[in-house]
Amino acid sequence: VSAPLPGTSSAGGAGALHLPAASRRTIEGVAARGYPHEVCGLLLGRPTPGGAEVMEAVEVRNASLERTRDRYRLDPEDFLRIDLRARALGWDVVGIWHSHPDHPARPSTTDREHAWDEYVYVIVSVEQGTATALRAWCLQGGEFREVEVSSDPQPRRQEEARS
Amino acid sequence: VSEIMVRIPTPLRGFVGGAAEVRARGDTVAEVLRDLGARHGELLARLLNERGELRPFVNVYLDARNVRTLGGLQAAVQPGGVLSIVPAVAGGLPEATPSPPGALP
Repeated sequence: VSAPLPGTSSAGGAGALHLPAASRRTIEGVAARGYPHEVCGLLLGRPTPGGAEVMEAVEVRNASLERTRDRYRLDPEDFLRIDLRARALGWDVVGIWHSHPDHPARPSTTDREHAWDEYVYVIVSVEQGTATALRAWCLQGGEFREVEVSSDPQPRRQEEARS
Repeated sequence: VSEIMVRIPTPLRGFVGGAAEVRARGDTVAEVLRDLGARHGELLARLLNERGELRPFVNVYLDARNVRTLGGLQAAVQPGGVLSIVPAVAGGLPEATPSPPGALP
């Protein structure tokens, strides 16, 4: 039984999501290749107060086969398998990521209805096959609040600059 | 009476003092959950509805099997078994607002 991780200094104020550049590339790449379908996955790592420190972003099959363009659903068996692997590494499932094809990277009503406390929800907007924005959200008192996303130590460059 | 390990997902750990795993006793899944509920009533309320049925957004796995495929909460547990609480994860785009025929885009 692992004790909760003491607050790390990375969390500034309301909490933050530390998403390594490699995990961010995984999410954006899988989301872009999956377009125009919605794709999804899990974030593995360690919870921090109001946020999380991600070690790995894993792609998980979208089990919502009848509506892959506007819904995602994880097969609980996939969740269980990945959760067991995460715990063997000393990590936890700390969040969920999914794509919004041709929609902003903001949680929908559907997202809110299905959301759990404590998880960080990363949403990546994919427009015409290109990942254009990535934002993170946490449920607080039944409403989503945005969580700051930080990547590796080097200063963030304009990840949306592509012309 | 069997004692087994119950694995708690991150969103529900606040109801068991932050523990990732707790132990509980019973010969069926229902008895194990009731034993858990005797100490962690709020957790039980998140798992079962007023009629004592599993809530739709919650899955319970006995080892690698979903208890819904094992006859539900009456499924028998064996000593040394592991019960995993698995949150249902889903979401999606805003519901499309269908435009009336002939409407401008």
